[in-house]
Amino acid sequence: MKEIVIKTEKLTKQFGNFIAANEISFEVYKGEIFGFLGANGAGKTTAMRMLCGLSRPTSGNATIAGFDVYRQTEEIKKNIGYMSQKFSLYEDLNILENIRFFGGIYGLSRQEIREKSEKLIDQLGLEMEVKKLVGELPLGWKQKLAFSVAILHEPSIVFLDEPTGGVDPVTRRQFWDLIYEASDRGITIFVTTHYMDEAEYCNRVSMMVDGKIEALDTPGNLKMKYAANSMDGVFYELARGAKRKAD
Amino acid sequence: MRMLIYLLQKEFKQIFRNKALLPMIFAMPIIQLLVMPLAADYEIKNINISVIDHDHSTFSTGLTQKIVASGYFKLVDYGNSYKNSLDLIEKNLSDVILEIPRGFEKNLQKENNQKVFIAVNAINGTKASIGGAYLGRIINDFNADIRSEYLPQPKQNTIPVIKISSSNWFNPFMNYTFFMVPGILVVLVTMVCAYLCSLNIVKEKEIGTIEQINVTPIKKHYFILGKLIPFWVIGMFVFTIGLFVVGRLVYGIIPLGSIALIYAYLSIYLVALLGLGLLISTYSETQQQAMSVAFFFMMIFLLMSGLFTPIESMPEWAKTIAALNPVTYFIEVMRMVVLKGSGIKDIKMHFVYMIGFGLLFNIWAILNYKKTG
Repeated sequence: MKEIVIKTEKLTKQFGNFIAANEISFEVYKGEIFGFLGANGAGKTTAMRMLCGLSRPTSGNATIAGFDVYRQTEEIKKNIGYMSQKFSLYEDLNILENIRFFGGIYGLSRQEIREKSEKLIDQLGLEMEVKKLVGELPLGWKQKLAFSVAILHEPSIVFLDEPTGGVDPVTRRQFWDLIYEASDRGITIFVTTHYMDEAEYCNRVSMMVDGKIEALDTPGNLKMKYAANSMDGVFYELARGAKRKAD
Repeated sequence: MRMLIYLLQKEFKQIFRNKALLPMIFAMPIIQLLVMPLAADYEIKNINISVIDHDHSTFSTGLTQKIVASGYFKLVDYGNSYKNSLDLIEKNLSDVILEIPRGFEKNLQKENNQKVFIAVNAINGTKASIGGAYLGRIINDFNADIRSEYLPQPKQNTIPVIKISSSNWFNPFMNYTFFMVPGILVVLVTMVCAYLCSLNIVKEKEIGTIEQINVTPIKKHYFILGKLIPFWVIGMFVFTIGLFVVGRLVYGIIPLGSIALIYAYLSIYLVALLGLGLLISTYSETQQQAMSVAFFFMMIFLLMSGLFTPIESMPEWAKTIAALNPVTYFIEVMRMVVLKGSGIKDIKMHFVYMIGFGLLFNIWAILNYKKTG
């Protein structure tokens, strides 16, 4: 039996009359790369913010790494990493200073911070840039760095909100290499994306349509079920459903 | 605790890297303290006067000379047409008209009585009333001069005259800067701190890093302390430069009272003001918003603080606003301690009020600052 790290039951978030996330139920297993797909406005970000403890659900239940989203948000925060769509490191600090700051606030010791930053800089090949302010780095490098910083404290889950938006294909490939590596170490990856080739890299994929999860399976099974050649086809098939409902 | 140290390290690094912030912290206080007291000088000099002399006597020219020699007046016109002088007032070239009637000297000598006419341009009320009062005093002086000249000595004593002699306490030379500089210093610290603190927090909202902070286990009060402490230190620093470098070296102001007392009050005042900055930031989404709100408060704080105009002469509703304005209390404390040498007993209530403001602003801000939406 696989270990469950995220479990939601009928998780709902309502803003006035608008139901952004409607009774979402799913499970994510340890070490899995879980793709969280959906058209713009389908409710992905809302759902993700609830799972990170940034937004309080209206109803339903969820546990993240064994902690309850209502009562144990501070515990959740210690056990997750988060990288948002908007760039999330400090642009006016240099690479080392960013690593030191985020390492520090997650409670790593000085020794750990030093070791980890050396390893990280070596891994990303940033030896020449350590003293550069992060604002001066190209976007692709920033995103790789932001991801590495988000998993600096070895969280059990890392949430990535469209991490590769605006990044070139080569850098995206490298970014996914980092994701695989983290997943091999047992870190669960929860990722939203609009790139369907990236969806193919995931172990399992969920499709959100109008605040509900319409499909959840491996990319292979989904393609079979919707008789599509690629995840692109699956996405069109399901997103078209959203339009019909809107009519 | 270690978390706080990492937060402070980060804040100080960011502040010292901000090219727009540094001049504001270092240069602005000095420049403002040098320029503002000059502009806020209430002493009125260079009042333009036009004299209409219908008499052309020794007395009338003597009076005119006395007026010019006082140093407060500049003679712009000396003629004999009222219409002409009024024209000058209308063109804003003249502030006061003095009309000396025909027979001025003769009537004074023969009838012991003579009227002169003064017309004042009252567009600038302060200038008008002060100018009028100066002129009245000079004419009285002139009157006393000719009395002693024409009346025999003993007879003078039979008329009872009240002579006023006054002494100026606390600021014997009535040096205006002594009064203004301590107040301006308060305003300066207020502006630097409340502005910078609220802008700094809103900036993190704008660029999205606050979201990143909110998913970390940083406790709310640590994050807030991490923001307040750096600006508290900057406030102390700016004040010290203002008091010791500009105040002492440029204006020669040496506080009569305890410097420790001033700093004790400053430290509480800064906590209150930073709390207000924090409060503004919790209600603002963008830096522009925060800036406009802070500017709104700053204008009220400035005008309703007794800095330029005495609170005692304000109407009741304005007095209420002044009493709800933290700046009022610190300006009073500064003037009392610096000029009068007041001690802790005299400003006890000021401490109580400021602690109240500090608690109110900070608790409100902390309650309103949400890590979770």
